[in-house]
This record gives sequence, structure tokens and C-alpha cells, in this order.
Amino acid sequence: MKQHLYNYILGIADNSLILGQRMGALTGHGPSLETDIACTNISLDLFGQVRSYYQYAAKLADDKRTEDDIAMLRQEREYLNVLLVEQPDTDFAYTMARQFLFDVYHYLFLTELQKSTDLTLSAIAKKSIKEVSYHQRFSSDWIKRLGDGTEESHKRMQTAIRDLWTYTDELFHQTEADKAMVSEGIGVDVTKLKDAYYKKVSDILEESTLEVPESKYFQKGGKQGIHTEHMGYILAELQYMQRAYPNMEW
Amino acid sequence: MSDKKNWPLWEVFVRSKNGLEHRHFGSLHAADAEMALENARDVYTRRNEGVSIWVVESNNITASNPEHNGELFEPAQDKVYRHPTFYELPDEVKYM
Repeated sequence: MKQHLYNYILGIADNSLILGQRMGALTGHGPSLETDIACTNISLDLFGQVRSYYQYAAKLADDKRTEDDIAMLRQEREYLNVLLVEQPDTDFAYTMARQFLFDVYHYLFLTELQKSTDLTLSAIAKKSIKEVSYHQRFSSDWIKRLGDGTEESHKRMQTAIRDLWTYTDELFHQTEADKAMVSEGIGVDVTKLKDAYYKKVSDILEESTLEVPESKYFQKGGKQGIHTEHMGYILAELQYMQRAYPNMEW
Repeated sequence: MSDKKNWPLWEVFVRSKNGLEHRHFGSLHAADAEMALENARDVYTRRNEGVSIWVVESNNITASNPEHNGELFEPAQDKVYRHPTFYELPDEVKYM
């Protein structure tokens, strides 16, 4: 039970950690000063959220590891994030499409997590959902702007959506920890979010004059620790300082 | 990216507390009013600075010309009766 809860928390936290790292890595590279700050803000929101999750995980693990150890010092196979959040920033359309496809899920997920019988998790969900609601608004707006923008922006956004679509189905796969936590009333049954998710995503894509991909072929593996080739590079950057100078403090 | 140059400038006004007036916080670039509001939120009000934001495109502001500062802002100093300097203020009245 405790191991399941621990893995369950990591599953949630790792999504936000890796997406936060992706967005944070864009600092100074945004298409305009204002958008750059917005991306950094999203990253900071996500890092703030993951601290609460990892602190809780550290308390459960009770083996002298701190929140930082858990966040920073695992091996690639031990990270349980979905493949979607580790996909690269091929261009700004990819960055926003990745954010959008995750935000819609994240919002639905936190809405349900607020009802968790685990008081810590429901408290984190209540605190985070305001931020995530803004993320969703921000990324949805960019889908509309670029989708219904120029010929070039439409083409790029359509390409990004089509490419990243293959990673959306994994969001609704249940792990062992998921099943155990759902039966305890602690976890969210993600399979039940699927219809609402595709409805919301399709509505916004249609409003943005974008085609909803019809592909039925989906990638999976992140939730089991089997990642795409991008993950190693992300971790190399994320973990560099602690690996090079163990126990260093800021 | 060439379109970026065409994003107009917007002035941002934020009311920091209910009851206070909106104050000018700064300016930013955005494609339209909605984006200007979101950008204002991200640039100026992330640390509980405000309860309300106004944005107005800078073009819509009519500003005084610095060359006319003389006629606008430098009244004749010898007309002392224009300045309310002859009143004794009680100590209780602060911030005057």
C-alpha cells in the first residue's frame, strides 16, 4: 500500500518535473520577452507543485532521502512521467502543443484529485488547480492564435499536434499503483477522464481550424520508466550539478 | 517571426488593492487586448500585486509634448496667491 502510494505520487510529480524542466530550459529563448516570461512562470508553477509531492514522497519513503534526492537523483528508468512531457521543443508550435495536450489532462486530473481521501494529495490539488487553469487558458490561446493564424503558423501547429497526438493515449493508462490507489479512494481513475479530454481537445482544435488527428496508433512506456531518447538529455542537464558536486548546496 | 515587429505596444495599469486607483505599471508588446492582459498578468501581477488590470494600446493615449512644458507646467511664480501656502496646517493632518 505504502509502495503503491509512493509510486503513485512519483507518477504525478514526474510529469510536472519534466515538463517544468522543459519550459524552464526555454528561459531567454522565448519568441518575445513577454512570452518568455510566461513560459518561465509556467515552469515555476510546476516546480512549486512538485516540491509538495516530493516532500510527501520523502516522508513516506522515510529513508533519509530528501525531496531533492528523490527529484534529482534517480536513474532514467525510475522516472515515471508520460512520454508526452519529455518531447523536444522542435519549434514554438511544439512547445505550445505539448503544453496544451498536457494542460487539458492536468486540469481534469486535478479536478478529480481534489476529491481524494488522502488529505495531502487533495490539498496539493486544490492549491495547484488555479495555476493549471491559467496554463490551460494560456496554451489554448496559443493553439487558436497559431492554428487560426497565418498559413505558415497553421501548418506548423498542425504538424506539432499530429506528431504529439501519438503520446496522448498514455495519459489514460492505469499502472499498478493507479489501480491500487483508485480502489482505496485515493487515486483518480484516469480511464474515466478520456472522453472529456478528447472532447475538450477536439473542440479547441476545431475552433482553431486545426484537424483532429485520426491516428489510432499510440506510444506508451513512460509510466513504466521506458522513455524516449530525449529523456537522457533532460536528466543530464537536470542532474548535472548534483552528480558533479554531490551534496552541494546553493 | 517578422510579424513580431508589428505587435503594438500596450500600457498596463494595475489596481493593487480595492479602493485604490489603477496605477501605471509599465508597458509591453502584444498582438491584441486579450494577449496584452495575459502578458500583463505574467509580467506584472504574479506576486499578488493586483486585483484588477487595465490595458490600453499606447497609440490611444494622447500625450503632452515636452516642447510645450513651459506653457503647461510653469505658471508664473510671482503670483503667490495661486499657491495655497498661507494656511497653517494642524499637526493631525498628515500627507499634505
